Amino acid sequence: MSRILVKATITAISGLGIMLLGGCEPGHKQTSQNGYRGAGLNQIVDARHVVPAAVIPPEAYALPPDGGPLAGQSYQNLKVLGGISKDRFDHLMANINQWVAPPAAGCTYCHNPANMASDEKYTKVVARQMLLMTQTINSQWSPHVKQTGVTCYTCHRGNAVPVNKWANAVGAPNPDSITGNRYGQNAPNADVGYASLPSNGFAEYLNGAKNIRLAADTALPSKDHVVSVKDAEKTYGLMVHLSTALGVNCTYCHNTQSFRAWNLSRPQRATAWYGIRMVRDINQHHIGILQSVFPDYRKGPLGDPYKVNCTTCHQGQAKPLGGVSMIAQAPALKGPTPAAPTVVAVPAAPSAPLALNDAPALLARK
Amino acid sequence: MALLSFERKYRVRGGTLIGGDLFDFWVGPFYVGFFGVTTAISALLGTLLIFYAASLGPTWNPWLISIAPPDISYGLRLAPLRDGGFWQIITIMAIIAFVSWALREVEICRKLGIGYHVPFAYGFAIFAYVSLEVIRPFLLGAWGFGFPYGIFSHLDWVSNTGYQYLHFHYNPAHMIAVSFFFVTGGALAFHGALVLSSVNPAPGEAVKSPEYEDAFFRDTIGYSVGTLGIHRLGLFLALSAGFWSAICIIISGPLWTRGWPEWWTWWLNLPIWS
Repeated sequence: MSRILVKATITAISGLGIMLLGGCEPGHKQTSQNGYRGAGLNQIVDARHVVPAAVIPPEAYALPPDGGPLAGQSYQNLKVLGGISKDRFDHLMANINQWVAPPAAGCTYCHNPANMASDEKYTKVVARQMLLMTQTINSQWSPHVKQTGVTCYTCHRGNAVPVNKWANAVGAPNPDSITGNRYGQNAPNADVGYASLPSNGFAEYLNGAKNIRLAADTALPSKDHVVSVKDAEKTYGLMVHLSTALGVNCTYCHNTQSFRAWNLSRPQRATAWYGIRMVRDINQHHIGILQSVFPDYRKGPLGDPYKVNCTTCHQGQAKPLGGVSMIAQAPALKGPTPAAPTVVAVPAAPSAPLALNDAPALLARK
Repeated sequence: MALLSFERKYRVRGGTLIGGDLFDFWVGPFYVGFFGVTTAISALLGTLLIFYAASLGPTWNPWLISIAPPDISYGLRLAPLRDGGFWQIITIMAIIAFVSWALREVEICRKLGIGYHVPFAYGFAIFAYVSLEVIRPFLLGAWGFGFPYGIFSHLDWVSNTGYQYLHFHYNPAHMIAVSFFFVTGGALAFHGALVLSSVNPAPGEAVKSPEYEDAFFRDTIGYSVGTLGIHRLGLFLALSAGFWSAICIIISGPLWTRGWPEWWTWWLNLPIWS
């Protein structure tokens, strides 16, 4: 009896062990420490899963010196870039050809070759808004994009439509019934790292203005701060999206002693805080207003245009394109030319600290 | 001073692991032995080092005292005392103390002529500790991956290390370990309840024999594991809980670095339907 038991035990343990190893990564790891020693604030990445350095396409030709006639004087119907020189305008158009337009179409992806000034193609109207958006990001959202800035290539990577995007998902056939209603969760979804968490948080957090306010500022429960479990799960799903988009884990920004406390968090958390608001600005003020411009085949199942999230730019890297700045190739994208309208004011990050408790001196000491 | 009538018979020299009769005697009720002495020395030295390292730290608040491992930039090398070297020596002292204690148990088993089940079981606790402080840090290439010695700080380590894998409840070995912990608690409660039910019959009735205990479970679920078997089962369940706990942290990092939910995509990717 006991011999059979021992055999069964060994079989069960080794069988489970083989099952466990079936999905594992035994290779070399890259590690880094993000906080005080021993606090468990580390990044550990399997070397094979490190996102390879992005290929930065060569410039169409060298950036011409500034000066000469303005683009607005040389071309018709310029609403965003009229204030830059014609030479630099031509250079930017050549770059966009490489960064965005399908090679087979080239200039004609947006332009009517017989009348380059015409707005008859929807892609030209979209491109104009995207140029305005890029200028806004670089000039207004420097708390997120810093001096690295973004260009068309940061998201497009040579594709006419960025690969990573989202639109509102089709809900349950009978939203008022519990049958057949997954409430946007419990199905494997890469947006939430394949967890059972709800993956429909983008609409509220990245298109709407729903704030992430889960942990209370008091130790004990309070009637002034009631947050549902569903909100917690949606937030968790959004945070898993941030992590996977950046190729990092939760401790890249947070010390999980308190997710809420800014004085325990790394500065990267403030960068991400601005990033969430930047994405809202993009989705609401630059993509949402193109609702009537996009043809149906460029919209999601519910008829809203495809929008951006963290993966759109980051694509598995903590800094998009590995932190390589391409803005020097296109200085016109740095900021609004005088023709551009004033855009939203960037909000200020919450004042630190909002801690539940004071950071133990030993965590801060390093 | 023998406490029990049969003690004199086994309180004899011999049966030690390293031979000879060094420290092969009793002090009051306690067997000393060579490994008792090494336990006492290493435990005392480790504890004094904890107090000394704490005295160099910023606080005497018992919740906040923390002696942390070195920065991971030290890799598997020795670190200066105040930069994690204390942690390294304390870890060595702890392992010597734990292993010595197990070997002292082995020597007592040998003197009594009983099996090594108790030191074997205790060995799983040592394995769990060594997994956290030696095996996993070694596999990841730096002592800095061990947990710090502090009440709050080691809990922060547990939380942060769990969130390195986004959602640790999806760790398959963690699932198995948690299940074994629950079943261990359940089995112990059933066993305790069953024994107490037999020895607490209705007033005026005689205490019931193990046959009644067997009959209860045969009537309830068709099978009784038996009086000896329940202890085999309990040992298996409890040791499995500790064993899979150790496995679940060893594989987190050395064998998997992404979110644990994503690990389950092997199921989605099975060639049957993918």
